[in-house]
Amino acid sequence: MSSRFTESQRLADNTVFSEVVPAGEPFMREIKKGQVLRILDLEGNQAVDTLFYSAADNEERYDANATIREQGNIYLTTGTTLLSNEGNPMLSIVADTCGRHDTLGGACSAESNTVRYALEKRHMHSCRDSFLMALAKWDNGLSKRDLSSNINFFMNVPVTPEGELTFEDGISEAGRYVEMRAEMDVIVLISNCPQLNNPCNAYNPTPVEVLVWDA
Amino acid sequence: MSGTSGKGLDPKLVLWEEGVPGGAHWSGVIRRGNTLRVTDTNGGANVSMLFYNHEEKLERYNMADTLKGQHTVFLTKGNVCYSDMGRVLCSITEDTCGWHDTICGVSNASMVRRKYGEARYQEKHNDYYRNGYDSLLNEVGKYGLGKRDLVASLNLFSKVVVEENGNMKFQQGNSNAGDFVDLRFEMHTLVVLSTCQHPLDPEPAYNPGDINLTTWCSGAAGDDDPCRNSCSENQRAFINTERLFA
Repeated sequence: MSSRFTESQRLADNTVFSEVVPAGEPFMREIKKGQVLRILDLEGNQAVDTLFYSAADNEERYDANATIREQGNIYLTTGTTLLSNEGNPMLSIVADTCGRHDTLGGACSAESNTVRYALEKRHMHSCRDSFLMALAKWDNGLSKRDLSSNINFFMNVPVTPEGELTFEDGISEAGRYVEMRAEMDVIVLISNCPQLNNPCNAYNPTPVEVLVWDA
Repeated sequence: MSGTSGKGLDPKLVLWEEGVPGGAHWSGVIRRGNTLRVTDTNGGANVSMLFYNHEEKLERYNMADTLKGQHTVFLTKGNVCYSDMGRVLCSITEDTCGWHDTICGVSNASMVRRKYGEARYQEKHNDYYRNGYDSLLNEVGKYGLGKRDLVASLNLFSKVVVEENGNMKFQQGNSNAGDFVDLRFEMHTLVVLSTCQHPLDPEPAYNPGDINLTTWCSGAAGDDDPCRNSCSENQRAFINTERLFA
């Protein structure tokens, strides 16, 4: 699958919901089947760590392995179906003006920051801290057990045929977005990434906007 | 640290040995300082494998941290497997195969039915067709774990190359009869595995390969250990790990 730049005809004044998520903060909301979720990169090159759970059964969740394996490609773009650990379609990407999104880089955490950068980086804010706070406050039984390999929208993690994997400068820019239609009732969990130690946010984490349209 | 860094298999130090047929599932606890050799008996085997800290099973193998810490999409000699807590569960101290897949996950029931047809226990008895997902779920269930605890697994002996455009290509013939990989455990680890075929294996027949498991007392990583010193990220992950056992 090559990158597919697909614009959306949906208008921002028709949304049923919109909210700006500042860098370093989580976002969690139920998206009903048929609704369309847009994540908008307001200022450019902002990684948006994202997980999905079935609203009906939280043990069913986005599965990175199944999603990339079934489409035969590690990047997400228009035409991608996000699959669950049960093999069911959760969402379909219907528009994308960035071109490709990461499935392998995962989320930063206090502990992984100690490994990747320096032991004293433990106290920098991280995506997993945002995820854990959101799950604790959502209060429906989801916890660290439910944190699996997430999507990084707008993040550029190229892999070479020799097997090298690197975090590179972003390929997104201000105003780019990705849009997906829910194929079941889902809970979306976002961490707007606070990472300052690699180029995933261009060393300057910025806000993103979440918009939702009815079917 | 105590230990005999880099020491190969000494028959006098073997603790146990066990064969696992193709399509089977297995689990067991391997202690810190012991090494598990997984051998592909006949060539073409696949071993879907997950690791959990035996003392706190919320801590588990983390694909993303393992890959980004070592700037690689596959694992081989010199690599380690990270937990989500910045520690090293195990190190790959020897590998005659050269590439172990980390990104494809496991087969499931509908995939196996689609690829190989139906073969139930009722008709086939113990030759019934198994799948990776149900096999891992079966094993983790023995420890009170379930679907929520199943995360991206390793696929030992399998190679999937990612092309420049992101396309994934399964490479046949990656592992031959007798190829092996040594996993030296740096933490007390619950190891869970399935010997079902790789989900992208194009082989049209249900024909999962047998493996052999051998565990010996190798000692934990020394200061001069090649896995510890293969990158600064691994050095820091070993520091985090050793603090747990300080």
